[in-house]
Amino acid sequence: MRQEFKTRTRLRGVVDKAATFLAVLSTLLVILPLVAIFIYLIIKGASSLNLDFFTKIPAPVGESGGGMANAIVGSVTLLALASLIGVPVGIGGGVYLAEFGRGTKLANAIRFTADVLNGVPSIVMGLAAYSLIVVPQHHFSAFAGGIALGIMMIPTICRTTEEMLLMVPHAVREAALGLGVPNWRSVISITVKTASPGIITGCMLAFARVAGETAPLIFTALGNDFWSTSLNEPIAALPLQIYVYAISPYDDWHRLAWAGALVLIVLIVLAVSLVRFVTSRGVLKGTS
Amino acid sequence: MPPPEHSAIRRFLLARGNSAIADRVFRALMILCALSIFGIVVLIAWQLIERSQLSWQAFGFNFFWKTYIDPTTGLPSYWDPVNGYFSALPFVYGTLVSSLLSLLLAVPLAIGVAIFLTEMCPGLLRAPLAFLTELLAAIPSIIYGLWAVFVLVPLLRHYVNPFLIKSLGWTGFFDDSNPTGLGFFASAVILAIMILPIISSLTREVMTAVPHSQREAVLALGATRWEMIRMGVLRNARVGIVGGVILGLGRALGETMAVTMVIGNTPEIHRSLLANGASMASVIANEFTEAVTDMHLSALIEIGLALFIVTIIVNAIARLLVWAVTRGAPATQR
Repeated sequence: MRQEFKTRTRLRGVVDKAATFLAVLSTLLVILPLVAIFIYLIIKGASSLNLDFFTKIPAPVGESGGGMANAIVGSVTLLALASLIGVPVGIGGGVYLAEFGRGTKLANAIRFTADVLNGVPSIVMGLAAYSLIVVPQHHFSAFAGGIALGIMMIPTICRTTEEMLLMVPHAVREAALGLGVPNWRSVISITVKTASPGIITGCMLAFARVAGETAPLIFTALGNDFWSTSLNEPIAALPLQIYVYAISPYDDWHRLAWAGALVLIVLIVLAVSLVRFVTSRGVLKGTS
Repeated sequence: MPPPEHSAIRRFLLARGNSAIADRVFRALMILCALSIFGIVVLIAWQLIERSQLSWQAFGFNFFWKTYIDPTTGLPSYWDPVNGYFSALPFVYGTLVSSLLSLLLAVPLAIGVAIFLTEMCPGLLRAPLAFLTELLAAIPSIIYGLWAVFVLVPLLRHYVNPFLIKSLGWTGFFDDSNPTGLGFFASAVILAIMILPIISSLTREVMTAVPHSQREAVLALGATRWEMIRMGVLRNARVGIVGGVILGLGRALGETMAVTMVIGNTPEIHRSLLANGASMASVIANEFTEAVTDMHLSALIEIGLALFIVTIIVNAIARLLVWAVTRGAPATQR
């Protein structure tokens, strides 16, 4: 009896150690690809980065050199278009959820739909933008790409805005209303302003997410080897250019793809770290 | 929905001239923004249904499981834009195989990471490690694809695949007909890396939502740490963990770029996991700009519609499960 108890206790100890070991091992296994990806990006990307990359447009097939200046400008243009659509609508939706619709059935349904919409594959958004804009217009355009990306930003921004507004203490709203400020004014210049660091970080997160999107751009913005002169024509984008170069058979283009990927990831990591910095400092905890 | 009760002062202020109108306009604008989310879903569904009519009328439900016979070779064939017949069967198969295989690889690891981060990790390491796994989620899929093409696939080709063929070749799931290293297995590995952070961060969220009293009760009975995790934490969090896994599945089903770059893009069905294939998202990305006939475009959009419906259902189920656990849980409330 006593012997049996002892062996059981020892067995339980072994199982406990094994479980700890497996948990540590899986954490290491998960960190490994992340480290590998960053090492490769830095080694392969940094060696191909030069001034030409930022100032020249792609060289014709067979010629070496060239850069991605038009793709960088194109990405910035597309993201600006997307933000123009996604940011106001997303923030407006978040304001409704937090300020007007708290606890109502409609708000719950919208919150749920936003979460579900967040999981819809980006390529489906691209198909919708294609059929809505490209088909009637009979040509690919920067507008179509920007709208596809903008639609993708709305649910993310809406949900983070709501979460940030919920953190604003009631006393702040009551103080504004007590001074006789109309409700709309109090929401805009008191509640939203108090939560603005959080809302901005939410926008940055959505921004970082769509900045790397490729799938919806393939058949909306299409890509362009030259400078685009109008928003109504095909435009180049950094992720799209990386895709085209990565699946091409030329070594020179592979190098450019790595360099483009490095630029893209640096932008995204900067955005995410900024978010981390702002949220961890707890700007919202006080009632500044 | 009943309007909230206002105090006398508030009523007076609300009734005052222009602010009453401005408030109403402001409120209506905000509602409009919120309703646009419904609008987007309806708009996507309507557009995709309308543009896929051609292929729906030509093939009906056969679109998803019919096998054609190629007249010249006599072999089964599914997708032939030149001869004008389309069956999405190989893409449905490719999507299912690659995402389920990726779940098989990712779920144990994700739960391991979540357990380590919530229950075992020294406080000093917790924040940086959590940040690193979140960073994994922020990397765009095109960069995963790039890395997979130039690093992962050669690795699989030279080391992993020969090993799999030698040790597991007898099962028939690993044969050496495809020496490129591309295929279902490569896409499952890259998908697993991509969905890991989503599953592990959600698992972490539901695990922290389990009240401390549950852990303390199990520990007080003399349980080891693992027994405490198994009985006190995992058992309470299992519904939420399943939700996280399903959410990861939703991501894997619709993942496009990384899969397109490594799956091989051939509309065929093979038993071997090392063979080339195609997924629903990859065929759209790969063929859409090259499609010339209306029927080809329509068939691709119908695949997109199917993907839309499936991901909506999968995500809705996952959200409901996660909400069921985290709502009203003491640990998440401030």
